[in-house]
Amino acid sequence: MDPATAREAATLGIWTFLATEVLLFGGLFTSYIIYRIKYPRIFYEGHLKLDHVLGAINTVVLIGSSLTVALGIAAIRKGKVGLLRLYLSLTLLLAGTFLGVKYVEYTEKFSHGLYPDTDIFFSLYFMLTGLHGLHVLAGMVVLGAVLFLAGRGRYSESYHTPVEISGLYWHFVDLVWIYLFPLLYLLG
Amino acid sequence: MKEHDSGIRTYIVVWGALVVLTVVTVAVSYVHLGMLNVVVALLVASVKASLVALFFMHLRYENRLVWGFALTPLFFLVLIVVGTLSDTLFR
Amino acid sequence: MRETTWNGEQPQNGRASRGYLEAKGFWAWAYTLDHKRIGVMYLYTTLFFFLAGGVFALLIRIKLMFPGQHLFTNQTYNVLFTMHGALMIFLFVIPAIPSGLGNFFIPLHIGARDVAFPRINLMSYWVFVAGIVVILFSLVRPMDTGWTFYTPYSARTAADVTTLSFGIFLIGMSSILTGLNFLVTIHKLRAPGMTWHRMPLFIWSMYATSIIQVLATPVVGITFLLLAMERVLGVGFFDPAKGGDPILFQHFFWFYSHPVVYVMILPAMGIISEIVPAFSRKPIFGYKAIAYSSLAIAVFGFFVWGHHMFVTGMSGTAAILFSLLTYSVAIPTAIKVFNWIATMYRGSITFESPMLYALTFIFLFVIGGLTGMYLGALGADIHVHDTYFIVAHFHYTMVGGTVMGLLAGLHYWFPKMTGRMLSEKMGRPAWLLIFIGFNVTFFTQFILGFEGMPRRYAEYPAQYQALNILSTVGSWILATGILIMFANFVRGLFRGALAPPNPWKALSLEWETGSPPPTENFEEIPTVADWPYGYAGRQT
Repeated sequence: MDPATAREAATLGIWTFLATEVLLFGGLFTSYIIYRIKYPRIFYEGHLKLDHVLGAINTVVLIGSSLTVALGIAAIRKGKVGLLRLYLSLTLLLAGTFLGVKYVEYTEKFSHGLYPDTDIFFSLYFMLTGLHGLHVLAGMVVLGAVLFLAGRGRYSESYHTPVEISGLYWHFVDLVWIYLFPLLYLLG
Repeated sequence: MKEHDSGIRTYIVVWGALVVLTVVTVAVSYVHLGMLNVVVALLVASVKASLVALFFMHLRYENRLVWGFALTPLFFLVLIVVGTLSDTLFR
Repeated sequence: MRETTWNGEQPQNGRASRGYLEAKGFWAWAYTLDHKRIGVMYLYTTLFFFLAGGVFALLIRIKLMFPGQHLFTNQTYNVLFTMHGALMIFLFVIPAIPSGLGNFFIPLHIGARDVAFPRINLMSYWVFVAGIVVILFSLVRPMDTGWTFYTPYSARTAADVTTLSFGIFLIGMSSILTGLNFLVTIHKLRAPGMTWHRMPLFIWSMYATSIIQVLATPVVGITFLLLAMERVLGVGFFDPAKGGDPILFQHFFWFYSHPVVYVMILPAMGIISEIVPAFSRKPIFGYKAIAYSSLAIAVFGFFVWGHHMFVTGMSGTAAILFSLLTYSVAIPTAIKVFNWIATMYRGSITFESPMLYALTFIFLFVIGGLTGMYLGALGADIHVHDTYFIVAHFHYTMVGGTVMGLLAGLHYWFPKMTGRMLSEKMGRPAWLLIFIGFNVTFFTQFILGFEGMPRRYAEYPAQYQALNILSTVGSWILATGILIMFANFVRGLFRGALAPPNPWKALSLEWETGSPPPTENFEEIPTVADWPYGYAGRQT
């Protein structure tokens, strides 16, 4: 396979993978819509118990991490490995912040006796944010590996497909949160 | 994927827009508009998602094949929602 | 019969080239990136579960010969049919053709050296094996839910549904990775000159299959995840006591499991589209119609899942909608059957084993498909729902369809995969027994079902016994045929005559390279100038 074909193949591959992710979350989104229509009251009361300030902060954090990934890719496209590593480190820092805030939120909920089996709303809240959190974690592992390999001098102006691919995955994780935030925290 | 000089400025502008839209959506949630709240929230989220997909994910610079791969799952997402609703709404 | 030249002929200097099979030893297989070896590993694994699932089927049939006698407890019977269904569906029927034959032949068919992502391909196989290990581990407490794992029972049974869900999740992941790989491979790695309309129809059908694998499988993944979470964390999506909806589980389950029946049948249809023209010596009739009907089946297949749920208490609106939509799938399917028959019309047909199985596929699948139309009709379905009519219907499509397609493909490609020929002397009697045995076993079940015998019960009223005995005897005939067929495979592997590159004088690219092919598939990547169905037509 010549390099150009390999890169096109990788792009198609990651978009296909993201398609499967859309439908993985799709099951949960379908449940959300059905139960929201069925139990508007539970959803109204449930959303009041979430901390939408922390949710908004996390949204901004994740958007920021998307920006740093995008800037990192722009850097490596010009061959600037050092800059790529800086931006990837920043991304990991922001991702860690996101999970930290998530941890605070979860502990807070547990301390108020709110668990995944409390009611349908909190079932959805914990399943959606939990699955999303796992994706954040997976994204951190992937970006961490890219950061490590960048340190080994694996990527250059002419070859950086893995950076682009993992970047696309990270943006997708951001994209899911962009929907989760209003659906869970804001709509009453 | 075409190599292009994706201006760093574009990224910053998009990021700024995303932050502003986040503030907007939080602000609107304080105003009680009934069903309109849902519409606005989803509309804002979709604009944000489109910005991420078009610029950060470079969809703007991709060929039709990649667009096809990116949009197809959305159709099937709508399908599972509508199909299931055709049962639960009318039961 | 067509002139054949392979009998005992040694291709080169007395020593056959072993091609991709040259390297030996465990690691040469376990670590291989060669799509052909990965395909072969998938075939061995899935065929093992075919035999295992078959043993459970035989036990079920033996019990059903003797109503009122306690050969097994009722609970054991529940475990038997669950094991039979779950193993056959998840570990054999779904992966066998795509992951086995698909892996082996997609790159060969399109003139590529490998799939697009060989490492992901290998990973897909080992994720599959990991899934099997987890599933087997979960069976320490025998599974008794039926293969569909409907809530609320699956959320409450003492069987280890939680671990099993994780295993199914892994199997699904493997299926997704395979589908993803094939989609990209077909898009990006076709040989120069191989336009979309010059691709073999097997590739079209595998492309359609991959679309379903990629789009449907994640939904079953999340469904089983939620089922496991319901058991572990008490999440209440499917639990009426918590305001959940058990029927939602069925919606999600069938959103995957209906399209996935086309993951089973589409690759088989692709194989038939290869074999029928090669053994009729005629160009395929209606190439584009067959190609696009594969895509149509893949897409329409997503619109009809509700027809599995007519008696669940689903809304009348949804029931009518899904019943109507179900008929749309019949159209592309009928288009295919019509075109195969038109291909054979006035052809110079020969009846070697691959063609015998291909014809069996067409015959049995038409019965399976038409009875499916009864079941798509709302009123008729409510009458025969959960009876043996259903059991007979899906065995006619899955065994009569998928398995016959697989067997056709195995007989057709055995020389290419192993470099050796199968014995027609063993192959034809085996086929005859399989054909007779299958029909005796399952046609009786149409009658039993129509007379009202429900499925999944260990006991039944005495009036059904005669036909049940007949069905059980049929299962023995079927098993004998399958054993002879496997004996033929084993014999062929070790003692079969050496195969020439193109024993069937077929025109697709895999026949232009050695039997077995070299590791890199082709010495030089071929340039394609024509479609692979330019057979001479009727010779006068």
